[in-house]
Amino acid sequence: MNEILWLLLIFGIKAIIIISFVMLCAAAFVYLERKISAVIQNRIGPNRVGPFGLLQPFADVLKLFLKEDIVPKNANRFYHSLAPIITLGVAFSVFAIIPFASYLKIGDRVIHMGIAPNINIGFLFVLAMTSVGVYGITLAGWSSNNKYSLLGGLRSAAQMISYELAMGLAVISILLMSQDLTLTGIVEAQKGLKWNIFLQPLAFIIFLTSSFAETNRSPFDLPEAEPELVGGYNTEYSGMKFGMFFLAEYANMAAASAIISLLFLGGWNFPFIYEWLGFANGSVELVLVQLLVFLAKMLFMVFFFIWTRWSIPRFRYDQLMNLGWKILLPLGLLNILVTGIILMYI
Amino acid sequence: MQVVPLEYYLLLSGILFSIGSIGVLTRRNMIIIFMSIEMMLNSVNLTLVAFSAFLGNPSGQIFVFFVMTVAAAEAAVGLAILLALFRSKKTIYVDEVNMLKW
Amino acid sequence: MNLVDIVFYFFAVIIVASAAVVVLSKNIMYSAFSLLFTFFGVAGIYVLLNADFIAVTQLMIYIGGILVLIIFGVMLTTKITGLEMKTGITGKAQYAIGGLSTLVLGGTLIYVFNSTSWFKSPSVPTTSTVEAIGASLLTNYLLPFEAASVLLLLAMIGAALIARRK
Repeated sequence: MNEILWLLLIFGIKAIIIISFVMLCAAAFVYLERKISAVIQNRIGPNRVGPFGLLQPFADVLKLFLKEDIVPKNANRFYHSLAPIITLGVAFSVFAIIPFASYLKIGDRVIHMGIAPNINIGFLFVLAMTSVGVYGITLAGWSSNNKYSLLGGLRSAAQMISYELAMGLAVISILLMSQDLTLTGIVEAQKGLKWNIFLQPLAFIIFLTSSFAETNRSPFDLPEAEPELVGGYNTEYSGMKFGMFFLAEYANMAAASAIISLLFLGGWNFPFIYEWLGFANGSVELVLVQLLVFLAKMLFMVFFFIWTRWSIPRFRYDQLMNLGWKILLPLGLLNILVTGIILMYI
Repeated sequence: MQVVPLEYYLLLSGILFSIGSIGVLTRRNMIIIFMSIEMMLNSVNLTLVAFSAFLGNPSGQIFVFFVMTVAAAEAAVGLAILLALFRSKKTIYVDEVNMLKW
Repeated sequence: MNLVDIVFYFFAVIIVASAAVVVLSKNIMYSAFSLLFTFFGVAGIYVLLNADFIAVTQLMIYIGGILVLIIFGVMLTTKITGLEMKTGITGKAQYAIGGLSTLVLGGTLIYVFNSTSWFKSPSVPTTSTVEAIGASLLTNYLLPFEAASVLLLLAMIGAALIARRK
């Protein structure tokens, strides 16, 4: 029984650290998004709150907390409040299986740098969580009792289940390469420069496109397309409930970037520097360097997400569906076939 | 760690099956009947997984896998039929669909 | 009360309560979203039984696939006039007969479940079953596995053919 309590304590501490890390990430990404978009559009961006406007996201959150929380008169109160909780909860729960570095050794106790990076189902958990994530948005759309919200919610449900297929197919070829379902195993298989972005470029493109669609980011942000749907599924949300959707969008982006860097950019692997530094396995220094490498890759992916958003116009709905079903899905199947044949004769 | 006895799981699945059967027998809306059937399939799956866990043999879980496959196929075809029916008869209440040919 | 007991009762209450809402609610959207909780609770029970692969499959197929299809079915076939999407029930006679036959069926089930002395393996493995399932799907159960894939293909073609607007 003592052992179980100890285990729960460790999980609890890890969960608190990771949740606050994700919150901080989301705040930082909001700031990054505003600054990068400002640079792209030749503006200055936020520069009043704190040095270089660095405290702007905290001011925003404070403002959202103080705003009145309006629930439309004919909305369903319970589901209207449940929807943002589901969306945010799903966005956080993906981080449960993300390994941030390999492992730390204190005495003879091995501490993994993640909440549960070694569960056997591994990547399937991410797919399962994205499929639960559909409900947050659908529920928000329906319970607001507003036609724009409903249309946004339905669009997002159709979009997310369509692109989930392509995403799953792209991952299957990665699993064939690593022969392991756990994310730690997938990273270990990409040691040195055997990154999947070089070995599986097609899978990378498919996965990247689908994760844009899964996180509802531009150019696939049809669920909240402002010109046609007012605000999409979050039209009727205000105050901190809107803030939760907003936070969830950035947490999802962080999760997507982390997963892309784990699956395709080699996670914490980087050629030469580990041999050059020569730290022992499980030492604190090694874990810190790995953490830095991983965070740098994640930050690069986030930058890519933001860059795309401010450079590419939104897709039309039929174009989106055609791309998902008629191009990405067959390409994913073809990729699995080719990978399988090559692996068989290697 | 397996402290909850097998009978509890079976009891839960029996209750779930009965609730589903009430739904199938008393509702008129085809979609609700459909949901109740999915619920009954779930209770059967629960039984299979419970037996498999207490027997220490994963074969039961493979049956569950196939049941889920059939359920997915059933959902796709069933909802397609539902849409076709709604288009031609403008109703999805089972007691109003009483003609063999339209 | 053990930790596992508490988790079991928590999920059991979620399952039974939400299943009752699915069957008894007059508003079809309440039914559809309650079914989400039923499926979720069943997935929780699977985790409790060390069937992690089945639990994730449950989330992906039932919640991510079937329930989304059901909600689309509701949206496409019910006149959406605000939140109210009423559905009727059959007459009192059907209610009585349905309740009675369910009582008989459920009573028999529960009686059989309780009175049989089930065989229980003395050593219950608590490890994950992902590998065992994968290995047996491609060896002992290869033929059903392939047959299932053909079934899914047929269902896909059939569904597209039936639902297509002429």
